[in-house]
This record gives sequence, C-alpha cells and structure tokens, in this order.
Amino acid sequence: MIKVENLTKRYAGQPAIQDLNFEVGKGEIMGFLGPNGAGKTTTMRILASFMPPTSGRATVAGFDVFAQSLQARAHLGYMPENVPLYSDMRVTEYLNYRAALKGVPHRRVTERVGDVKELCSLKEVENKLIAALSKGYRQRVGLADALLHEPDLLILDEPTIGLDPNQIRQVRDLIKNLGKQHTILLSTHILPEVEMTCSRVIIIHKGRIEACDTPESLLGKIRQAGGVLLEAKVGADNGAEELKKISGVRDVIEDSDGDWKRFSLRVESGADVREEIFRLATARQWSVRELTQRRATLEDVFVEITHSDAV
Amino acid sequence: MRKFYTLLSREVRSYFHSPIAYVVLIFFLLIAGVDFYFQVSFMNQRQVQYTVQEAFFNSVFFWFAFVLIFPLITMRLFAEEFKLGTIEPLVTAPVRDWQVVLSKFFGALIFYLILWIPPAFYFIIFQYISGQPAAHSAGAYLGSYLMLLLLGMFYLSIGCLASVLTKNQIIAAIISFCAITLLFFLGLVQFILYDVSSATRDLLGYFSAIEHMGTFSRGIIDTRPIIFYLSMTVVMLALTYQAFQSRKWRL
Repeated sequence: MIKVENLTKRYAGQPAIQDLNFEVGKGEIMGFLGPNGAGKTTTMRILASFMPPTSGRATVAGFDVFAQSLQARAHLGYMPENVPLYSDMRVTEYLNYRAALKGVPHRRVTERVGDVKELCSLKEVENKLIAALSKGYRQRVGLADALLHEPDLLILDEPTIGLDPNQIRQVRDLIKNLGKQHTILLSTHILPEVEMTCSRVIIIHKGRIEACDTPESLLGKIRQAGGVLLEAKVGADNGAEELKKISGVRDVIEDSDGDWKRFSLRVESGADVREEIFRLATARQWSVRELTQRRATLEDVFVEITHSDAV
Repeated sequence: MRKFYTLLSREVRSYFHSPIAYVVLIFFLLIAGVDFYFQVSFMNQRQVQYTVQEAFFNSVFFWFAFVLIFPLITMRLFAEEFKLGTIEPLVTAPVRDWQVVLSKFFGALIFYLILWIPPAFYFIIFQYISGQPAAHSAGAYLGSYLMLLLLGMFYLSIGCLASVLTKNQIIAAIISFCAITLLFFLGLVQFILYDVSSATRDLLGYFSAIEHMGTFSRGIIDTRPIIFYLSMTVVMLALTYQAFQSRKWRL
C-alpha cells in the first residue's frame, strides 16, 4: 500500500527526514512513533501529497505521490495534525462538501455522509457549527472526513492528541475496527495505544528510522527487559548486596519507606529471578509485601532507542 | 467541473458567513447611496451636460469606495487558509490547483457582482420617480456595468495574487491596496504633473481606469480597454496559480 524509498526532505538545508525506507502492506495497522520533531508529520505530509520530497520516492496504492498525485490522493484518507476544519460550516454541510470534493458520486453522497456520521458517532452534533464543537468531536469529524470516499489507506497524524481518556478509548476502538477493512498508518506519542492497535511499529528519531518491527519483537530485542520490584523488611541485612548476588540481576536500586525497603532490580533479558528472590527472602527471613515483575513496555523500547535527548 | 462548482459554492457561501462581507456591503452601499444623493441634488441646483448615471460612475465617491473594497474582499482568500492550516485538507483532497485558484477568484467576483446589484436599482427608482431616464441610452448602462466587470476582474485578480503571497491578511490587504492605488494613480499623473509631454499623456491615458470608465459610461465601448483588462486579469491569475503551486516548495 505504501512504499517509501530513500525519502529525504530538507527545510532550508536542514534535513527533516533522511533516506527513509519502509513499506506498509495491505491490511496492516502501522504505528509511527518518534519524539517531537523526529519527522513523522513531514513524512505523512509527503505521503499525502501536501509537499514534495527533496529526493527519493514514495508510492501510495501504487501511485507515485508526486508524479501521480491526483490518483494517490484519491486512494487515501488523510487526517492532519490538529484537524484543521472550516469553523463556519456545520458538520453535515462540511461532510457533504468534502464528499463532493473527493469524488463521491452525487447520488451516494447522502448515504456515505450518513454512514460516516454513524461510524464516528456524530449524529448528535450533525447540525452544530464546527466552531462550537469540542476537541473530541472535531477529531471525529476529521476522521469521518478521511473515511468519506472509502479509501483503502488511512493516514492519521496524532489522531488522539488532546483527547481525554474516554475519547481516546473510543477513537482507539474505532481505529481497531477500521483496521479490519483499511490499511492504516498512524502517528502517536501514546505508546499503550500503539501496543494495543498496531501490527507493526516504526520508530523514527532525528529523521532516521531506528526500528521497524512488530511490537513483540521490539520488546524482545531491548536489553532492559523491565525489572523486578521487591518491597521487603530486611532488618539488619544489606538487602541490595544480597540481591545483587543472584545470577541474572544486573543492578539494584534501593529506596526506604521506614522499615520497609523498596528494591528496583534490573534484570538480564529473559531471566526470571523472582523465585530466587523468594528463596533468598525465606532464607533470610525477610518479610515481603510486594514482589512483581514489571513487563517491558514499548515506552522502554522508545526511550532506549531514542534516548530522548531532544527536549 | 463538479469539483470546481463545489469549491465555488463553498467560497461564495463562506463570504456570507464572515462579518467582513457585511462590513464591506454596508460601507459600500452607504457610499454609493451618498454619491447618488449628492449627484442628484447637485443637478437639482444647476444645469449640467451629463446624465445622472455618468455622474455617479465618475465621481470622487465612486472611485474612493471602489479602490478600497478590493483589498477587503480578497485579503482572506488564501491568506486565511494558510494561517489556519485549512489549506492542508484542501490540497490533500483530489482536486487540482487550478480549480482551487479559479474557484477563489470567481467566488470573489460573484460577491463583487452582488455588491453592484443594489445601485442598479437607484437608476430604476430615479426613472420611476422623475420620469426621466438616468442615462443617455441603454448603451451607457451597458458600458458602465461592463467597465465595472472588467475593472472588478482585474483588481480582484491583483487581490488574489496579494493574498496567495502571505499568511497574514493585513499584509495581503496592504499589498493589493498599494498595487491598485498605484495603478489608479497612473491615470491621474496627467492631471497632477504639468510638464509631461503629450505622448506620455496619451500613453498614460491608455492605462487610466478613470478615462476608461469615462468613455464606457458614455456608451462608447472601446475594445482596447476590454483586451487590456482581460489579458491583465489572465496574467495576474496565472501568477497567482504559479505562486500557489510554489508554496509546496517553499515550506
């Protein structure tokens, strides 16, 4: 569906993205992750034919985004960041206008507009002025707009930014449903969302692709596989020293809460040291009130890969 | 063409959704009304050689209002879309750039023509009340409205060009105001400067909007200004189109 070859974009000599290479296959939901300024919006804008690349090629549904821009645009639904909408129109009016612009056949316009309103739960606000809508509704109007001409591909730039947790959940479910019939490329900062919806993830940092894989593989690859949290009453023992002796434990950070001490253990990838800890605790007669394994999350992957040095 | 009409109808509707349209309408109709009133009351007091309609279209009031409305009508056309970011969904929809540019131009033109409908009624009312025609002949009406159309097209296209060059509406208004006023004054030079040779005077007369309106409002339809304004409009629109396309590269 999307093929990107050596895509580069420079703004006034400074490269925003450099030599990007990736593919998104039909039916995939691809997550596009990266710190702010990494180049996500730039890449999406190039794919949406908003601006041409400085060099390289990109094709959408087989059409080159620069040379065959009109056909490429007809096959994709794009939702820009911060969803810019005409605030002087009403929701239905706006969707009718967009449907006509996207080439939806005249007799099907009412039907399609009705369908997308249903899909994005816009029926309650269909006659409201867009200026009067809350952010959540605006986002949904943007999403409805992207769906109007039944495109095979959806490109969504930060679809859940600024939404409250309920709305995020709704949009997430919507995207998951859409993923069954459309190919989706979405960019986001909200990592749990990516873990839940995306089949593959691209991590982009300073204009280059750092990783491109399924969430599971990425989690498996990183060195720090989460860790173990222990809260125990160790009495006179030096808990950290003892814990470090267990094989597989790389480092221990100690924290005091009166009698109880919290130990945060960094563990070798794949090693499960909880049993060892339990044996140690029973041997030493420590009281334990918490022993959990913190699973590695995509956030760990992200932080590790991007080092978040850009603030 | 359907997409062009969709864009066009949206443009015209959006004019009437914005307060500036009503400000321009009121301002313009106020001045047109005052102009008409003054011309008629002037004629009430003495004999004149010209008709009401000629007086109306050649007076100071007319030109003053006329030159001022164009920046106001056109400043938001492109500049607002750039500023608000609504240019992004517009341009990423499968529409061609010429459809966008021309729909904005013709949207402005339609709004401008709507502005000129009420003054037409002044002449009808005058004729009804006084029993005398407001103009020499039908040709005079035709001429003056034709010149309005030509001048409108040209100045609106200048306004479009100004608007596409910037994100800031005020700057767009200033650019088009300066350009239109300068062009307008080109026609006045012959009256202001005395030591201009007659050749220069003639040359400047070809460009003078005042002279053009003068001849057309007397019913003399000269093809030279028609060609001048039509071709200049096309040039301005072509430049607007190029500037619009170039924004992709300028980001």
